[in-house]
Order: sequence, then C-alpha cells, then structure tokens
Amino acid sequence: MATKKFMFVNRKAPYGTIYAWEALEVVLIAAAFEQDVSLAFLDDGVFQLKKGHNTKGIELKAFEKTWGALEDYDVTKLYVASESLAERGLTADDLAIPVEVLSRADIGKLMEEQDVLLSF
Amino acid sequence: MKFSILVSEGPYTHQSSDTAYQFAKAVLSKGHEIFRIFFYHDGVNNATRLTTPPQDDRNIVNRWSKLAAENNLDLVVCVAAAQRRGIVDEGEMKRNGKDATNLAPGFRISGLGQLIEAGIQSDRLVVFGD
Amino acid sequence: MLHIINKSPYDRPALDSALATGEGSILFIEDGVYAAVKGGAEESKVKGAQGKFKFYALNVDLDARGIADRVMDGITVVDYAGFVDLVAQNKTCQSWL
Repeated sequence: MATKKFMFVNRKAPYGTIYAWEALEVVLIAAAFEQDVSLAFLDDGVFQLKKGHNTKGIELKAFEKTWGALEDYDVTKLYVASESLAERGLTADDLAIPVEVLSRADIGKLMEEQDVLLSF
Repeated sequence: MKFSILVSEGPYTHQSSDTAYQFAKAVLSKGHEIFRIFFYHDGVNNATRLTTPPQDDRNIVNRWSKLAAENNLDLVVCVAAAQRRGIVDEGEMKRNGKDATNLAPGFRISGLGQLIEAGIQSDRLVVFGD
Repeated sequence: MLHIINKSPYDRPALDSALATGEGSILFIEDGVYAAVKGGAEESKVKGAQGKFKFYALNVDLDARGIADRVMDGITVVDYAGFVDLVAQNKTCQSWL
C-alpha cells in the first residue's frame, strides 16, 4: 500500500465537542495503516494536550491515556503552535507529552508538504 | 482526477452536507471521479432513512441516495460513529442486539480504514464540517 | 494550498488562523462569505493579505445571504465548478472548521 503524508489538524478544545476524541480514533487507524502521520495542534486544539485532565465529574473519557498510545503506534510528529499556547497562557511544560513547538507559519509550511490534511 | 469527500456534520443543522453534495455534483460534472464519500461524526446522520423533512424542503438523505445510485458512488458511514448515534444496518442490528435497522439506500457502514484508504487512493480529499 | 473557510469572521477566528499559516488561496464558502464584504471590520485584514493570498468567494453563498452586491475588490467570485478547479489546482486543501 502506498504511504502518504497525513496531517491531522486539531483546533478544537476537548470535551465541549466530540471532534477531538473522534479525531484521535482516525489518527490511530492511519498509523495502523502505516501512513506517515503527523498531528498539528492550533488554536483551542492545544487544550487537548494539557496535563491533568480529571473527567470523572463530567463522565467523559480523558485524553491523557490515549496520548501514550500514540507512541506505541510510532506517531511521534506532534506540532503545537507557539502563538496558540501563549494566547491561552500555556507553555510546553503544561502539556502531557513531548511536542515540537513551532510558529503557525512554520506549521503552515509543514501543512504545504502533506498529501492529505484532515480537520475535525 | 480522483476526489474523496469527508462529511462531518448531519443533515439540516449545518450547511456542510448541502455544500458537500453540491461539490460532489460539480466534481462529477467536470468529468472527475469520486472515489468515496465518507461520513464521520454527526455526518453519519445523513444515512438514516427515517427523516421526513417538510414537503417544500430538500430531502438531504434521499438526495445522497439518488446521487449514489445514478453515479455508482461509494457512500461509507463510519461504524464507530454510527454505533454512537444509532445508524444501524442488518449486520449492526444483529451484532448489537437492536430491534431495527435504519440505513438509507446507497450507504454502507464500514471502518475508519475506508477513510484512510480514500486519502491514499484519491488525488484530493475535501473536508466539509463545522 | 487551498484554505477553505466556512465560518463568519465575527463568529470564529478561522480566517486569522488561515492567514497566520502562510500563503496560498483562500476560498470563502457558507457563512465564511461574510469576510468578503466591503466596509466590514475584516476588510482591512483581507486587503492587507492580498499580497500573500488570492481570495475567492462562492457565488451561491453570497447570493443566499444578500451580499453579492458588496464584495470587496480583489476577491474573485466563483461557482461550484470554480470551487472544484481550485481544489484540483492545489496539492492539498485545509478546511478551517
């Protein structure tokens, strides 16, 4: 099967809508299909990566465990927009997993190199 | 050129399904091929045959079924998203102990791998959503 | 890259996000066409970006919203066939949902 560069563009906060969660399910399938997968987190998408989600009270599944699964699937290219972090009072230290922090312009350059861009 | 389309919202609440449909028709009119149209998130709700929109309004579900039949299109509904939202075919009914099916003609329920395959096999994949 | 924007700029910052990522073509569809209006708060932002981006707006969405007569200069109005051509001409497209 051909290998294409798939980038998943995550711009929505977790839990308020299902998009972030269901997007992750696609990421894992793309990785299982051995595609060249990267994830970009911009705008409210950066909130998905924040450490310390405690979702017991809202009875939704928390994201943090799934980030661990990404590494098992060899999905290691995670890019976070620096402006989006700063606007939201976050730094890379607030995030649950190691990521590469890039400017939106640099993420844009990466987007240009992709074969498939999936937004949720 | 081969196009695939991802529809991420259900009928009526968002314009996405309408736009995706008009886009699909234009793709075909220009002589391109549609490899697959994949329905995810609330987009799976485009596949229930139980809608009764007002008589003077467009019938979004039937429109998709008709476009698929006339152009031999592959309309795929994500199984996980369908299970969450109650879009059921014979197989899902038996597997999950439901007492009814509601899948509209022209649609089939399958896995997310079909979306990834669409990305791999197509020259262009366009996302319509909210 | 083709950037597709379907949300009003007064509702969501999708246009700002698209403009921040570089260059290419921006197509306004659905509620996104409100960014194409003359005299609105977004006009200077769009005009300022016309060096880096080519702007397009979908005709039927402008008509539906009664704003086809007030599209700012520098925005090309296209139909669905033009939309298909834009997708075909660009290697990838990003839908700023």
